[in-house]
Amino acid sequence: MRRQRKIHRILAALVLIPGALVILFPFYWMLTASLEHISQLVQFPPQLIPHPLDFSSYPRGLTFLPFGRYFFNTAQIAVLSTLGAVMSASLVGFAFARLHSPTKVFFFTLLLSTMMLPASVLLIPQFVLFKSIGWVNTYLPLIVPAYFGGSAFLIFLFRQFFAGIPEEVFDAARMDGCGNLGLYWRMARPLAVPAFTAATVFHFQFSWNDFLAPLIYINSNSKYTIALGLAGFSSQYGSTPWNQLMAVSLLMALVPILIFFFAQDYLINGIVVASR
Amino acid sequence: MGGPTPNWYAFTNFLKVLILAAAVGIPNPVKSRLRRPRASKSARRESLSFHLMILPWLIGFCGLMLYPIVASAYFSLTRYDVISPPRWVGLGNYVYLFTRDPLFWRSLGVTFTYTLVAVPLNLALALVLAMLLNLRVPGMRVLRTVYYLPTVMPQVATSMLWMFLFAPTFGVIDWALAVLFHITGPNWLSDPHWVMPAFILMSLWGVGGAMVIFLAGLQSVPPELYEAAQLDGASGIVQFVRVTLPSISPVVLFNLIVGMIGAMQIFTTAFVMTQGGPDYASYFFNLAIYNNAFVYFKMGLASAQAWVLLLIVMIMTLVVFATSSRWVFYGSGR
Repeated sequence: MRRQRKIHRILAALVLIPGALVILFPFYWMLTASLEHISQLVQFPPQLIPHPLDFSSYPRGLTFLPFGRYFFNTAQIAVLSTLGAVMSASLVGFAFARLHSPTKVFFFTLLLSTMMLPASVLLIPQFVLFKSIGWVNTYLPLIVPAYFGGSAFLIFLFRQFFAGIPEEVFDAARMDGCGNLGLYWRMARPLAVPAFTAATVFHFQFSWNDFLAPLIYINSNSKYTIALGLAGFSSQYGSTPWNQLMAVSLLMALVPILIFFFAQDYLINGIVVASR
Repeated sequence: MGGPTPNWYAFTNFLKVLILAAAVGIPNPVKSRLRRPRASKSARRESLSFHLMILPWLIGFCGLMLYPIVASAYFSLTRYDVISPPRWVGLGNYVYLFTRDPLFWRSLGVTFTYTLVAVPLNLALALVLAMLLNLRVPGMRVLRTVYYLPTVMPQVATSMLWMFLFAPTFGVIDWALAVLFHITGPNWLSDPHWVMPAFILMSLWGVGGAMVIFLAGLQSVPPELYEAAQLDGASGIVQFVRVTLPSISPVVLFNLIVGMIGAMQIFTTAFVMTQGGPDYASYFFNLAIYNNAFVYFKMGLASAQAWVLLLIVMIMTLVVFATSSRWVFYGSGR
């Protein structure tokens, strides 16, 4: 029995490890392409290990379009919207987890059912709304909505986390005359570091990676995010400079990937908490 | 697939709560007020705090969801170019879409083909990988991270990367086909017959999203079930059909619904990689909506399309839910 299990494990590894290499290969290919000269890139057969290495794609790619500026723009949007999303979602999540009200089940069902709405139904009226108040070609449509609860997912994440805190923690504070807002700020918030970390990472990545909203709301080149700049890169160039394109893509992807690596345990805990 | 990764997790919970809410029933406020003795002062104060605290979300819900849905329904019945006020055309947009717009059926067909092929393929592969990982292979944590990694990538970067991989003549996929199988690879993204397989292949790179959820589901199957099955002399296949599949059927339902909704809404990759071409062979539904709304400024027509999409997604979800009572089993667990 035990030996059979061991054989199964070896067979599984024989499938999973090559599979993992297949998954990783595109990342490797992106890296090597960014380190090659364009003449090495278009030759056949392709070089599996580039030789010689050419680092010039990075400075060239980053200066062909003002990507430094785009990185700054994207970071600015991501930080400001994450701040709002995490603050408001934690407050709303706390109310759903710890406060009682006759209307709670109704609002909670409403909150969760909004997750199913296709974004395209909201897209046009939201655009018309933001246009009518002069927000087109500003970052406001990309930032301000986050301050109204972030997303149903984030609220749910916080609700699940706060619901898991033992009631005694709050009882003692209530005795001391702590109000409901105080319970959130002084008792629940300091205990919820893992939930705050997970929510921050989720929303930051979402905002950093977002393409559709900047595409619709941002018109002028100087206000572009990296996603917009990258998407417009190849069309601005005669023939596609794949090495530069891969260099910039890699830099853009590196931010969410690094965050994912560092916050992995928090993220998985966040998911486990949310799935309880 | 569309949307940020967390949605995968959100939906699993969302569906649980939806089922729970359906079981409990949304309480009728009038009835519950009659049933309950007069609320104490502190209870009323708590209820007030509750409403104040959810106010940010409530305002957002009314302004950024409820109003847009109603407005979208109204726009769909008008001709509207944003500059001049909407002009009422009744069901004209819908009639035009269904009877005269040649690209409407085309984009619907493209989107359905993609959904019907990519989603089952993704789920099957994700389940196989999750089951293999669940055998406690050494290095399971690292493998899980590797498989999950592509879902963290920005979709624009993913699109650029795959355009490079799919490139004809110097693309690595065609090169691998030539070396390994001695086949001349297709011009993936510029051949109307191969652009859909290319998108489906690319979607499989993101298999880790569904896999992680399957893995969590598999890890929560009580080991006693397998022990009992083994005592009865059940073979591996019988165990899979009788124990594993029923135990994780709720997770299959979640992944199926999330996958379907995501696949129906694919946009960024298609917009960046093909713009819907060649010959509209990758003209996904959301691309059609975007073009009508923000390229041709036919906001009314685009709203009608968005409503068609909403109804399709709703009907698909309801159909899957309706059949789910036959194949989804909820244990007495947590």
